[in-house]
Amino acid sequence: MSAYRLAENGHLIDRDKPVSFRFNGQTYSGFDGDTLASALLAQDVQHIAASFKYHRPRGVMTAGSQEPSGVVTLRSGGRQEPNCKAPEVEICEGLDAHPQNVWPSLGFDIQAVNGLLSPIFAAGFYYKTFFEAGQTGWHFFERFIRRAAGMGEASRLPDPDRYERANGFADVLVVGSGAAGLAAALTAARSGAKVLMAEEAAHFGGGLLASSATINGVPARQWCRETVLELTGLPNVTLMARTAIHGLFDDNTVGALERVADHKAQPEPHEARHRHWTIHAGQIVLATGAFERPMVFDGNDRPGVMLASAAVQYAACYGVAIGRAPVVMTNNDSGYQSAFDLRALGVPIATIVDPRDTVDPALLEQAASLSVTVRTGHVVASVSGRKGVKGVRIAPFDVRGGQLTGAGEHLEADAVLVSGGWTPNINLASQAGGKPAFDAELQAFLPGAPRPNVSFVSCGSAAGVFDLQSALASGQEAGRSATEKAGVKPLTTPTPTVEPTSPDVRPAAVFDIPPRRGKGKCFVDFQHDVTASDIALAHREGYVSVEHLKRYTTLGMAIDQGKNANMNALTLMARAQDRPIEEVGTTRFRPPYVPLSLGAIAGRETGRQFRPVRRSPIHDWHVSNDAVMLNTGPWERPRYYPKSGETITEAYIREATTVRKGVGMVDVSFLGKIDVQGPDAAEFLNRVYSNAFLKLPVGKARYGLMLREDGIVYDDGTTWRLSEHQYLMTTTTANAALVLAKMEYWHATAWPELRVKLTSLTDQWAGMAVAGPDSRAVLQAVVTDLALGAEDFGFMAVGNGRIGDIPVTIARLSFSGELAYEVFTASHHGLAVWEAIMAAGQDFDIIPYGTEALGTLRIEKGHVTATEIDGRTTADDLGLGGLCSKKKSFIGSALLGREALLENNRLQLVGLVSKESRALLPGAHLTASGSSESAGHVTATTYSPALERYIALGLLRRGRERHGETLTARFPLRGDTHEIEVVNPVFFDPDGSRMHG
Amino acid sequence: MRIGCPVCGDRDAHEFTYQGDGSRTTPPLDADQDQWFAHVYERTNPMGRHTECWLHTGGCRAVLIVERDTVTHEIFSVRLAGAQAAIHDEEAGQ
Repeated sequence: MSAYRLAENGHLIDRDKPVSFRFNGQTYSGFDGDTLASALLAQDVQHIAASFKYHRPRGVMTAGSQEPSGVVTLRSGGRQEPNCKAPEVEICEGLDAHPQNVWPSLGFDIQAVNGLLSPIFAAGFYYKTFFEAGQTGWHFFERFIRRAAGMGEASRLPDPDRYERANGFADVLVVGSGAAGLAAALTAARSGAKVLMAEEAAHFGGGLLASSATINGVPARQWCRETVLELTGLPNVTLMARTAIHGLFDDNTVGALERVADHKAQPEPHEARHRHWTIHAGQIVLATGAFERPMVFDGNDRPGVMLASAAVQYAACYGVAIGRAPVVMTNNDSGYQSAFDLRALGVPIATIVDPRDTVDPALLEQAASLSVTVRTGHVVASVSGRKGVKGVRIAPFDVRGGQLTGAGEHLEADAVLVSGGWTPNINLASQAGGKPAFDAELQAFLPGAPRPNVSFVSCGSAAGVFDLQSALASGQEAGRSATEKAGVKPLTTPTPTVEPTSPDVRPAAVFDIPPRRGKGKCFVDFQHDVTASDIALAHREGYVSVEHLKRYTTLGMAIDQGKNANMNALTLMARAQDRPIEEVGTTRFRPPYVPLSLGAIAGRETGRQFRPVRRSPIHDWHVSNDAVMLNTGPWERPRYYPKSGETITEAYIREATTVRKGVGMVDVSFLGKIDVQGPDAAEFLNRVYSNAFLKLPVGKARYGLMLREDGIVYDDGTTWRLSEHQYLMTTTTANAALVLAKMEYWHATAWPELRVKLTSLTDQWAGMAVAGPDSRAVLQAVVTDLALGAEDFGFMAVGNGRIGDIPVTIARLSFSGELAYEVFTASHHGLAVWEAIMAAGQDFDIIPYGTEALGTLRIEKGHVTATEIDGRTTADDLGLGGLCSKKKSFIGSALLGREALLENNRLQLVGLVSKESRALLPGAHLTASGSSESAGHVTATTYSPALERYIALGLLRRGRERHGETLTARFPLRGDTHEIEVVNPVFFDPDGSRMHG
Repeated sequence: MRIGCPVCGDRDAHEFTYQGDGSRTTPPLDADQDQWFAHVYERTNPMGRHTECWLHTGGCRAVLIVERDTVTHEIFSVRLAGAQAAIHDEEAGQ
């Protein structure tokens, strides 16, 4: 364990700009351009995390978003963010990073004892052990298990940062900016196509950033820089760094996450932390590169065991050497290239271990010239050291048998650099494409063809083209064909010349080294602590399908998403089943490719912007008169108007009492209002309402009940006949839009012959209900041009009048059960009319009342609302059977007579009165005394000032026959039982004399 | 996905509300229980070409009969349903 900063190299860092940051409570110094991983490695901090299940010490294994092990929590307070990959985190002044999943500390992690108990923590252990203890047992243990086996913790504080969503458009979207991506983008851009190139890392260039090759005679890095410069200068090109494409969806709709400000201590004022892009792409070029493949051997998860290519990136890009005596293990020629590159960069590689017996003599010659020892026919059998590599055991290996053939020897080493071949990154292609094809030479899957409604083309190593010159050519071809398909004439550009030829990446089929005598831990999925023996166990227990294996072992889930684990798991599974890998198959990759912040998904739609708010035209009056508002759906409605010191209960009792004894006014602008107009309007209403509507005279209103097609009650409201061909329908607040859409559907598809037009007027009309014995007198004092006397304007009358100069339409309707009127006017006059009536009511001590009192008044009258019209009740259940006409057919009438809807033990509306003089709980179940079997439930409760009792409405089996019975209302979650009496649901003024008076 | 509304032009799918199978015809109100049962509950769920009803909720509020591929979302045809179709045709004729 002795990583260090090299004296030179590291083209991404600026050694003149030191940056200090904190990790695990200590202050460290790095350079501008460092990642958290490179800066910590430079100071030989290798043990930075604890693993998911066994709490084993873990370090950094990779140099990018592939990272499964080196995972940390960033920042604190509301900005705390868990599960960040250290190689992706760019350091900045003041960065504060913490290890996660450790307690009490990283150095002394008490749960590391799980590692000692590991034989029992095999796949499925938790479920087998605790689930079989029964549901109760599982619920008890789950809390502890979740705490022990976990990732980082999210903050419980609100996130202070801003997140945004945006749309992007391109003829050609290029995903990835390595050799193939740059070549594709350049071809499309020079041809004039609108190009968008997205790169998930902070820098463009992908593998070119650490390549030792030359392109057109200049170092690859320089070619990359010049190409990016040319692209930047073109007006038809947009380059996006720190932008990960996470999903490919229908019609080339692409999801992307731009990490706008993650590399800063905190976002600039008004800058978003993350921006989610929905990109509408004509054509998509997938130049997503390839992942170097880890190998499975004892101790392959120790800090200091790293992918060989990652070690090259740390040296080339950040000037960091992984160790003073690293050992390279490779099953293919690219591992040699990495070793030679590292030597050239100043990292002292002394030994290469290769299970193959025969290796290209040119490589051996080059190794010899650098004094690098090559141990062919050998592997790293195990790693010693817990928090870092102290040495390795190098042992002979039989490639055919897949077994160690000897004990081997110990070798001092401080790092193990692994190359198990290369896996094309087909994640996005798999999301939107057909079955991936297995390539036996690469021992990996290649992208399948796109689905019919997505058009992508893969190129470069993502398509299995690893030779740099060929990758550039394949990028150019992908760019050319995408440009052409996007309708732009492609220009041909010469393919750059690459020196030297790239190494052969085809691996020997050696990916796991089974330990001798079966001892040791060989990890397949580092992120989830899934070992080779877990996969063997899953096989023994009959998990044959790859989908089942994944779910049973949790392999490839969470942040890894199969990037490292997938191919090794499939290889082990195929061997256990004695089937070829292509038969075992692979799981389909699902979006998102990288973790998405919930903030980016929500964008600006949080808090008050979560959804549009709807307000009555009288809203401001309510607020300035101390109303406590209530959100019902999008609407903000006055709930009650407390006088100083009043509780909600005191307020609603006072308001409801005043309505019964004097006069009150409530805003009903929230009601749905639909204009139904045309010569056939009456016929239309007669079809959609269950009760008769053909003979409603002009100047009258009628209560209407609407059923669903299946016979269940849908909605109710009053409909006013304003003139021969014009009706105003009101609906419940919640169903306004749905009722309109349903009526439009019936009209358009079933009854196109009816001459009727439906228009929503909800926002055009303001409405208020004036209720109470004094309501007539109040209105008579303020309304002109309309006679409101009892004889002139009877119950359900509708007429037009004026308040001052303002035209109003008044209907004598009652929801409260009192003498009452609904006064409607144009929205912009709503406030003036409200204030005029309030002023006229001063002499009668008029008060405003809110939804609480409204609820009390309606419960006292047994009027139903959404709590009783719950999508399960029929008209008869609610005592409204008489409103289902026997003389006509209407929507719902045909299915009303179904057997189940006529059974005699259905839940029926009843009134309930407390026998204990205390409040009933809505949702409580109604049971016979001494029984716990539910016979119904409580729907709505209140204290009734009129009755001076605690009352409720409920739905009870055969309820109408059971008035007078005593039952128990049970609410087991609150441990409450409550004696109640069943009564008629119309508690107050059952003959309606008050509202008809 | 975009739907070409005959009244408003090519519009984003978010403006529309799906209203179910567009190949069904609502039975007469006085049709018997079996006919209505079949109408309300019996559905095919085809993979591929399907006739659907879409309401242009955030636009002209026309009910559209849309032929769509449920796999690829390719839209083969869009026409106005019933009443609006008659009015539209009439206006077009004038």
